Amino acid sequence: MSIVRSRSGSIATRIVEYALLAFFALVFFAPIYYLVVGSFRPGDQVLTGVRGFFPTEFSLENYIDVFRRFSNSTTGYLWQFIAVSVVVTALVLVGGLVVNSLAGYALARMRWRGRSFVLLLVTVLTIIPFEAVALPLYYMLSGSRNTILIQAIPFVASAFSIFLFYTFFLGIPGEIEEAARLDGAGPFRTFFTIVVPMSKPAFATVAILTFLAQWGSYLWPVLMVTDTSVRPLPLELSVFQAAQPPEWGSVLAFGVIFILPVLIVFLIFQRWFVASIASSAIKG
Amino acid sequence: MTFPTTRSRSGGSRSRPRGGRRSASAAGPLMAAPGLILLTAFLAIPFLGAVVMSFFRIQLGNPRPPRFVGIEQYARLFFDPDISATFLRSLGNNFAFALVVVPLQTALALGLAILINRKLRGMTVFRTLFFMPLVFPLALVAVIWRLIFARDENGLLNGFLGAVSGGAIGPHDWLGDPSTALGAIIVMSIWQSVSFQMIILLGALQSVPPELYEAASIDRAGRWSQFVHVTVPGVRNTLIFVTLLTTIFAFRLFDQVYLLDKSASINIEATQTVMYQVITTGYDQNNIGQGAAMAVVFLIIVAVIALIQRRLIRQEGGVE
Repeated sequence: MSIVRSRSGSIATRIVEYALLAFFALVFFAPIYYLVVGSFRPGDQVLTGVRGFFPTEFSLENYIDVFRRFSNSTTGYLWQFIAVSVVVTALVLVGGLVVNSLAGYALARMRWRGRSFVLLLVTVLTIIPFEAVALPLYYMLSGSRNTILIQAIPFVASAFSIFLFYTFFLGIPGEIEEAARLDGAGPFRTFFTIVVPMSKPAFATVAILTFLAQWGSYLWPVLMVTDTSVRPLPLELSVFQAAQPPEWGSVLAFGVIFILPVLIVFLIFQRWFVASIASSAIKG
Repeated sequence: MTFPTTRSRSGGSRSRPRGGRRSASAAGPLMAAPGLILLTAFLAIPFLGAVVMSFFRIQLGNPRPPRFVGIEQYARLFFDPDISATFLRSLGNNFAFALVVVPLQTALALGLAILINRKLRGMTVFRTLFFMPLVFPLALVAVIWRLIFARDENGLLNGFLGAVSGGAIGPHDWLGDPSTALGAIIVMSIWQSVSFQMIILLGALQSVPPELYEAASIDRAGRWSQFVHVTVPGVRNTLIFVTLLTTIFAFRLFDQVYLLDKSASINIEATQTVMYQVITTGYDQNNIGQGAAMAVVFLIIVAVIALIQRRLIRQEGGVE
């Protein structure tokens, strides 16, 4: 294979390509590496210029400190931050997949009065970023501050996800659904037993994008959460790092705990993740 | 990841509802209802709320009812020296950020996509490393880069520059110095999100028919001419899409600035954006009406950009 390929690239270009790859790999990976190495160093050894970059120390002190520190009701509990993030993200993810795919399907495949108006509305709403409505929402919902549910519900429906599903469903052939319909299956049964299993790439893409946005969500919790018991990970991380004096070792250990599960899932599904986003992006 | 402008492929979708399929007439609205209700409640109504609130002086927890002030809060954004100076500076920062980030990040994303599209040994490893920053939430990105940009010789970047130059380059306060603060935010943002554009462009590159490259190389077209005549036209629509996406994201810049302002000694004059001002005015200073007026202006800017870019795409023949 490499012989065939070499037609388009001499050894010189190959070297240049590897040099570029190595350079950018370093650029992308160095900050992550710095985070991990730093989390194993004593707190006062993290900020030590270039020396902080080399893994000269290895201590689990920071991790132990994080577990110990977040184990009373004043500081909040580590498991609580994680649970809040997991529950909120799961609600948005699962709720969003159901609600948005149904709406996308109704727009792509059903004929009903007002459909074209709704399609226009959804299209217009894709332009409105959440940031623009954050303040009025905060004002309207200030009575529900410090609840789990209010962190999730505003993000369940997404005009963008509906639109993604809509374009995907437009592109799948209708014959199979037609056959199911002739067999007497109602629209909901047709959707859940025929369409959903056929549409894994669309569901995967929406799930990945929703997950990444929600897991790192910061603005809404800043406005809505003051109580440590319902604080999600990103908000707690920002509070923790702002402490004076900063305890860098522990902050970085907290960061690793925050990102590690995501990173592991990402590494397992990496190929699939990339293929799915890339293919939905160029569709349509 | 598609354009709302994409013309629907089913020919009849624009036509009036014929009530054709028997059971579908009730099922359609029923299926769409949960999504629509939520969108209306948490996006459409708050959006109208922002418009209404922008005409009132509102404070949360204040027993006095909101007071109607007309367009006063809009006028202040441009004419009241106390507010307009900061607001216009924020707007300027937004534009400066977008003007640097959009072309730079898009070009970089295209270059990287071409690079990782090559079939070279070990490419899986490189791809994995390139994609990694994408899964990092901004709250964590801010922590890491705060350490990299730390101001004295203990900062990673300063330490590195000092070591490389043998001490000739002294420590620099990257986040605190107004001339480098926005640049630091730009580097951080590109680092975190360039992979996203890269993935989308990679998908587009892989959909360019290989025959075109073969034909080009038979015509003895060089690398550069292949790039200009095959690659760029092949991914043009995706490129426009990515540019649009990046522009809108650029205007939404908030998390990084707010996070660093709360913790590190960032130069806030040089880095604050409109969104930052919306939140500090509305939330931190409890001046919700004034914040809402800024949010409406912000939204108008984002919408105008989206419409201009969409119009450009239409002229170019649409995405298909």
